[in-house]
Amino acid sequence: MSLVHLQGSWTPWLGRLTLSVILYHNGIVDGAFVFAAVTGIVILGVITYYRKWGYLIREWITSLDHKKIGVMYILIGLVMMFRGFIDALMIRTQQMMADGPDSPGHLQALHGYLPPYHFDQIYSSHGTIMILFAVTPILVGLMNLIVPLQIGARDMAFPYLNAVSLWLTAAGAGLVMASLFIGDFSHAGWIGLIPLTELPYSPGVGVDYWMWAIQIGSVGTTLGTVNLIATIVKMRAPGMTWFRMPIFTWTALSTNIIGLTAFPVLGVALALLGCDRYLGTHFYTAGLGGNLMLFTDLFWIWGHPEVYFLVLPAFGIISEIIPTFSERPLFGYITMVAATFAIAGISWSVWLHHFFTMGAGPDVNGFFSVATMLVGIPTGVKVFNWAFTLYRGRLRFDTPMLWAVGAVFLLLVGGLTGMMLAIPPINYTIHNSVFVVAHFHCMVLVVAFSIFGAIAYWFPKVFGFRLDEHNGKRVFACFSLGTFLVFAAMFALGFMGMTRRLDYLADPHWKPLLIVEEIGVFFYCVACYYFFRMLHVSIRDRAKNRVGADAWGTGRSPEWIARSPVPFYNFAATPHFNALDEAAWRRGQGLSDVAPRDYEPIATPKNTIAPPLIGALAFGFGFGMVWRIWWMAGLSLIAIIGVVILRSFATETEHVISAEQIRSMETTGSSVGIVTDHISPPVAEAEAFL
Amino acid sequence: MSGAQPVLWLPGGEEHDPIANKTFGFWLYMMSDALIFAALFAAYGVLDHRFNAAGGATARQVAHPVDAFWQTLAVFASVLAYSLAMVKLKAGSRLGVLLGLGAAALLGLVFIGLEIADFASLIGQGITPERSGFLSMFFVLVAVHGLHMLFGLLWIAVMMAQVALKGFTTEVVTRLLTLRLFWTFQASIWVCVFVFVYLRGAF
Repeated sequence: MSLVHLQGSWTPWLGRLTLSVILYHNGIVDGAFVFAAVTGIVILGVITYYRKWGYLIREWITSLDHKKIGVMYILIGLVMMFRGFIDALMIRTQQMMADGPDSPGHLQALHGYLPPYHFDQIYSSHGTIMILFAVTPILVGLMNLIVPLQIGARDMAFPYLNAVSLWLTAAGAGLVMASLFIGDFSHAGWIGLIPLTELPYSPGVGVDYWMWAIQIGSVGTTLGTVNLIATIVKMRAPGMTWFRMPIFTWTALSTNIIGLTAFPVLGVALALLGCDRYLGTHFYTAGLGGNLMLFTDLFWIWGHPEVYFLVLPAFGIISEIIPTFSERPLFGYITMVAATFAIAGISWSVWLHHFFTMGAGPDVNGFFSVATMLVGIPTGVKVFNWAFTLYRGRLRFDTPMLWAVGAVFLLLVGGLTGMMLAIPPINYTIHNSVFVVAHFHCMVLVVAFSIFGAIAYWFPKVFGFRLDEHNGKRVFACFSLGTFLVFAAMFALGFMGMTRRLDYLADPHWKPLLIVEEIGVFFYCVACYYFFRMLHVSIRDRAKNRVGADAWGTGRSPEWIARSPVPFYNFAATPHFNALDEAAWRRGQGLSDVAPRDYEPIATPKNTIAPPLIGALAFGFGFGMVWRIWWMAGLSLIAIIGVVILRSFATETEHVISAEQIRSMETTGSSVGIVTDHISPPVAEAEAFL
Repeated sequence: MSGAQPVLWLPGGEEHDPIANKTFGFWLYMMSDALIFAALFAAYGVLDHRFNAAGGATARQVAHPVDAFWQTLAVFASVLAYSLAMVKLKAGSRLGVLLGLGAAALLGLVFIGLEIADFASLIGQGITPERSGFLSMFFVLVAVHGLHMLFGLLWIAVMMAQVALKGFTTEVVTRLLTLRLFWTFQASIWVCVFVFVYLRGAF
């Protein structure tokens, strides 16, 4: 086995890296670079000016606290979501401008302002980022934050592994961001259209960036699924029986089972592509015995379960928010659990509906068509359960509730169009049209709506104060209006015959609807503005919006019996659960304010630098592989193994807080939440390892 | 409220068995590893066809079940040696565990050596992974299992050091148990490789 021969220059020290790949002659990339550089320098400058480096490293980067890790996951996801949104804005603008043969061209483009190769990179990075580096980390972060609280646990089953997962995800996201300025990103779609991703057709580094970013990030996600399943199965507090578990925890369990079984297949699909690109094998090549559909099958055997990996926690979030703001228990708890697992089960047997047009024959298409339509049954059960929960409830439309109800409406639109696409004859007609794009964006926006709802809903639990309602509702209004304008128009354009991924559109009759979409994108921009304004106003006025344990007054599931903000030890004494919806039960019995009489010492994991170090080395490995700088990749890999082995020799990885300390923190009500002005006790007393 | 007060808090009630948690977590990890091999075997099933051999060597020409049988014996003997080490763990004998692990590692090395010799002889005949889709699949499937064995050998070496330096702490015992799981799992994957690649290919 030998390495493939590449065109272009290569040196042992820098691999394929030359100065010319960094210095572009493209106004847009230069602008993005200046923006990123200025923002980066400002952020680093502010941290240095306020002397916050020690705080950041001690309290956040080396932390093994599941809440801090959850918050960092969500921050990474939100930053990447913003980047993915900018990509979407550029795609929409290009398509609006480049419509019809008379449309003018700017900036080296024949039509519009983006040359085809650049446009292709933008839609590829939009999809990759939104699915794998925005929505996935945010959901994993939410599960990290909330699941241990809902089952009465102190932390995840494996806190150290949890931090490793986070930093591997960060390394993957970092590679995607690096591709913006150093070299370029894949131009072959987020699904890696084969054989376009093969070396003869994509000799550059773009596909390598895409491949290694996903590969490294998904190792992190797989380890995270192991952790969450073990946490839910093994770490439940006394009295938390299976059928007292909140629905969000149930959906977390089902979604992580999907993740555990699906992500390894993605790893194989990409690793075999890597063999083709680096070692010259012929798994997916167009000649010499390769099989193109092998990649497509393997990719979607992961890809479709991944879609449900995203949407099931979103269903869990909706199921938490709606009962709280209807002041009623969730209708049909058991059927909700059954529906969740039914959807998870079916998720493994529908992947071929992504390529009915492959021509596998009526039997195969028929099987996958029926399997796909079966998904509608448990999903329908869920929608009816939410509707019956709302029915005769005492409804309050706070921001989380608006997002949840909006998500249900989007689910109806996305679900019903999905049923249309599940019928092979219809699918043959509208395959690869923007109708499909509009359909799956409705579904993914169900997830996005739920995420924004979840952030508003659980923010006071984590930080101790509510987000500003006034601006929050404006975000919702603008975001919903934008969604309606963009995707209603996109459904129509799909029926008019517009296909996906076009950098130039031939038909001038599409122009009015493309302008409608652009107006929708404008409303998304306004929503972005109000989102940042909401954060600013909420933090400024935090003293006004402080809340107690039960932030919304009608919380039902067990996280609402923990203090807000949640102390680093979660519960001062292990809770004992007596009912489904423990918080509502305690409120009903008048027991909400009963504090524990005795306290026991609590062991918390000590901080460690090993996980961020592994993340940094994984980035080095990925970067070395992308640019074929073999010494860098090799040394990084050896160093990762070295750090793991060194860490395994560490002793006394836990720090014990005495019962007296806990009593004093509980009775004085001192702030021990995750954002404090002073160094939190376990960190002050425990030396960071390594 | 009538009757007994409900129990709301149980201070110190979170008695989690660390060994049980880690073992369960490791079973889950093995599940993901099993899926990696499942995907590879499925891909092998797709590419094990004369179209995919593209005129190059087919399974009949590359799979030598008699040679692979010696590999099978080596990996089985290695698992047996590891199990004997676990018997010595119950007796609390450090030397016994070290000897058992050492024997397991030695037999694992024999397995890897035989595999490298097999690959070298194939490549010497011009049968290389770059030749065809089928050969790519054959080499990568067998090599992925081989890489797992190498990783296991590294792990055994680390555990020998930890047993020698730290003795039988809870962490070391947990790792010895999970490593046994890993080592046995790789042996059972080899059984699948032997049956689907070597036996099915040759006959």
